[in-house]
Amino acid sequence: MATVKLPTQLREAAGGETALSVDGATVGEVLDGLFDRHGELRDRLSDGDGGLRRFVNVYVDGEDIRYGHGLDTPVSEGQEVQILPAVAGG
Amino acid sequence: MGATKLTCRECGADYGLEARYVCDRCFGPLECSYEHDLGDIEHARRRIQGGPQNIWRYHDFLPLEGPQPRTRTGLPAGCTPLVRADRLAARLGLREVWVKNDAANPTHSFKDRVVSVAANRARELGYETLACASTGNLANSVAAHGAALGMETYVLIPADLEEQKVLATGVYGTTLVKVKGTYDDVNRLCTELSGERDWAFVNVNMRPYYSEGSKTLAFEIAEQLGWETPDRVVAPIASGSLYTKIAKGFEEWLALGLVRGRAPIMNGAQAEGCSPVAAAYAAGADACRPVRPDTIAKSLAIGNPADGPYALDLARSSGGGIDAVSDDDIRAGIRLLAETTGIFTETAGGVTTAVLAKLAERGDIDSEERVVLVITGEGLKTLDAVRGTFDAFEIAPSYDAFVETVEGARVRA
Repeated sequence: MATVKLPTQLREAAGGETALSVDGATVGEVLDGLFDRHGELRDRLSDGDGGLRRFVNVYVDGEDIRYGHGLDTPVSEGQEVQILPAVAGG
Repeated sequence: MGATKLTCRECGADYGLEARYVCDRCFGPLECSYEHDLGDIEHARRRIQGGPQNIWRYHDFLPLEGPQPRTRTGLPAGCTPLVRADRLAARLGLREVWVKNDAANPTHSFKDRVVSVAANRARELGYETLACASTGNLANSVAAHGAALGMETYVLIPADLEEQKVLATGVYGTTLVKVKGTYDDVNRLCTELSGERDWAFVNVNMRPYYSEGSKTLAFEIAEQLGWETPDRVVAPIASGSLYTKIAKGFEEWLALGLVRGRAPIMNGAQAEGCSPVAAAYAAGADACRPVRPDTIAKSLAIGNPADGPYALDLARSSGGGIDAVSDDDIRAGIRLLAETTGIFTETAGGVTTAVLAKLAERGDIDSEERVVLVITGEGLKTLDAVRGTFDAFEIAPSYDAFVETVEGARVRA
């Protein structure tokens, strides 16, 4: 089980939840598990082509998954998967 | 008229002028849209010229809903010098180079422009607390604006920032938080915090307003050149916001007929030790792969640039490009600008000057072009970059020692 932390912008589409426990061995599997529970999140985050929209950042224990293997980045028991908007800073 | 709404740059969805920075539908960035009814162009120009000697002379083109902020209070930014740099041009074999010296702002960087807009918009929206994630210059500016406007401030920076930038933040009496990590870690933390605290994070939930402040650089350059656009602009890229908003400023005024000419060629400048946008440009990619920064140009050390895709679009559509230079080039750039113009810039300005030199050397700049070099910050904030780049004489206080050591060395040389 990984803990998925949702940004404020997505909580309404997830029934008001801020964090959920989801099964999955990779980021992609965890996100699929999340989308199975809250279908609207798929439209918000997925580019419809198996990837993520370009202004979505995903982190595993604080590390951007683009430093790892993207959606294939492994997720182990108890790790935190955080979703955040990419448009900040500078 | 003026700003009318926020529009998603990705999917085109519209929102009101709220404290909102991300599209609910697609997570795309929101940007201010405007409607203008300027009437007679000469009259509109005279109205600008009759305005205050700061960015509020461009109030009609900035996203504030209320009346023009009082210009003799707060910390007015802008109206910085545009200096004709003939000695720099001659050194580089160019005809006409101008330096826009934005170190001449209240806290010595262009960040005062964006923070002025964000802080005033934050007050209009009812916020009492300002906050930011910063590589240093923004930290100085947010802390100072908070002090001037009487707002509480939280400033989050990477723990390894230059001492000058840390000191020039803490002095204003802010809550200064050093985060053990890179700027991108600080930015992630602030993005999370902005959802949990009722604060105006200038470069997170205020970002659509904040970033518009950079347009005033274009407005000033156009006005200072006699209502004409330059042929080419060379500017630094960290997040890509400044670079793209300078272009937006010129485009808005060209569309309104306020300024003559064409949209300038836009050249972006990065440090090799943190060049995700330059690397994507060179690879022909339309998105940036994040990097872990390792460069002396800490003010440009954003490994995960928010406006990267738009900076890439602009470099290509304007006929410009994005180049990266080494730390040694950056030190040489600082020296080149200082020795030919008398302007001492920080490392980011060294990056920009070095890229101008690279473009000139490569023959990319036509001999008839009028080029503007955007210098965004002050050399006194990054003193380590010039330490050891020159020698000094040390002598006894005597005439003979002066003749022998100083003049003798010149004769021997």
